[in-house]
Amino acid sequence: MSAKIGVVTFPGSLDDRDAARAIRIAGAEPVALWHADASLHGVDAVMLPGGFSYGDYLRAGAIASFAQVMASIVDAASGGMPVLGVCNGFQTLCEADLLPGAMIRNDHLHFVCKDQVLEVENVDTAWTRDYAVGDRITIPLKNQDGQYIADAKTLDALEAEGRVVFRYRDGNPNGSARDIAGVTNEAGNVVGLMPHPEHACEVGFGPDSREAGRGGTDGLGFFTSAIASLLARA
Amino acid sequence: MATIVVHVMPKPELLDPQGKAVGSALPRLGFDGFTAVRQGKRFELTVDGEATPELLAQARRAAETLLSNPVIEDVVAVEVADA
Repeated sequence: MSAKIGVVTFPGSLDDRDAARAIRIAGAEPVALWHADASLHGVDAVMLPGGFSYGDYLRAGAIASFAQVMASIVDAASGGMPVLGVCNGFQTLCEADLLPGAMIRNDHLHFVCKDQVLEVENVDTAWTRDYAVGDRITIPLKNQDGQYIADAKTLDALEAEGRVVFRYRDGNPNGSARDIAGVTNEAGNVVGLMPHPEHACEVGFGPDSREAGRGGTDGLGFFTSAIASLLARA
Repeated sequence: MATIVVHVMPKPELLDPQGKAVGSALPRLGFDGFTAVRQGKRFELTVDGEATPELLAQARRAAETLLSNPVIEDVVAVEVADA
């Protein structure tokens, strides 16, 4: 039986269908979860996709973090369930206190949409075990509120504990503190990042990169990692 | 009917990109007397009847949990608006 990975749809989610597709390509079964339904329908892992939940009103991800399904996800995450938040999903995980820090408007105030190079720094998380430390991957980045910030003490702790999972390379696209693109929680089961692995999972449709060539699939490792983590736990 | 007003501001030690953009637009319009701008939020919470201490306390809790994010913002005031 293949692993079941839930994808939450909030009002204003945009990338839930791409996320489900990526999960299927990686070999797991995507399960649609609904923001107003507290049930996780027996999934083994959860992904919060990108978009503009609740119009990004108040703060990006703020209202989504209080959706009914989030209480169940917070519970499941504290029990070790792998949870991935991408873009708006990352913002939501921060607002829900599953990950430290917060995202504010890009320092240059413009929306960014580009292929972004990331360096993988932590391969002990549930979502990165199929990468190697130092790997450079290219996946799309597209957001307005992508500047990751936290106070110096939090940032120092993240660095000391190896919880910076990804750093921006070849330029910092949004002013994020210490070039941080993604972080994990203490246990390594919850990961959030601004760029979009789910848009780089199908040959011919991802960004071109030096290593992967044209139409790269550098994002696929997130989902194969989650499947491998679930198998290892079972 | 009364209104409780909640003011939220970005933390002083953080860059405020929106305030900075507004600040750099002011001189272009001839408003050259301001050295910095910070942009915050004002929420107006309407209640039936008087703004009782209980409702004010509720507004304070709402301000800390939903209306602001303590990582990036401070609640600078929770007050009853003049009728």
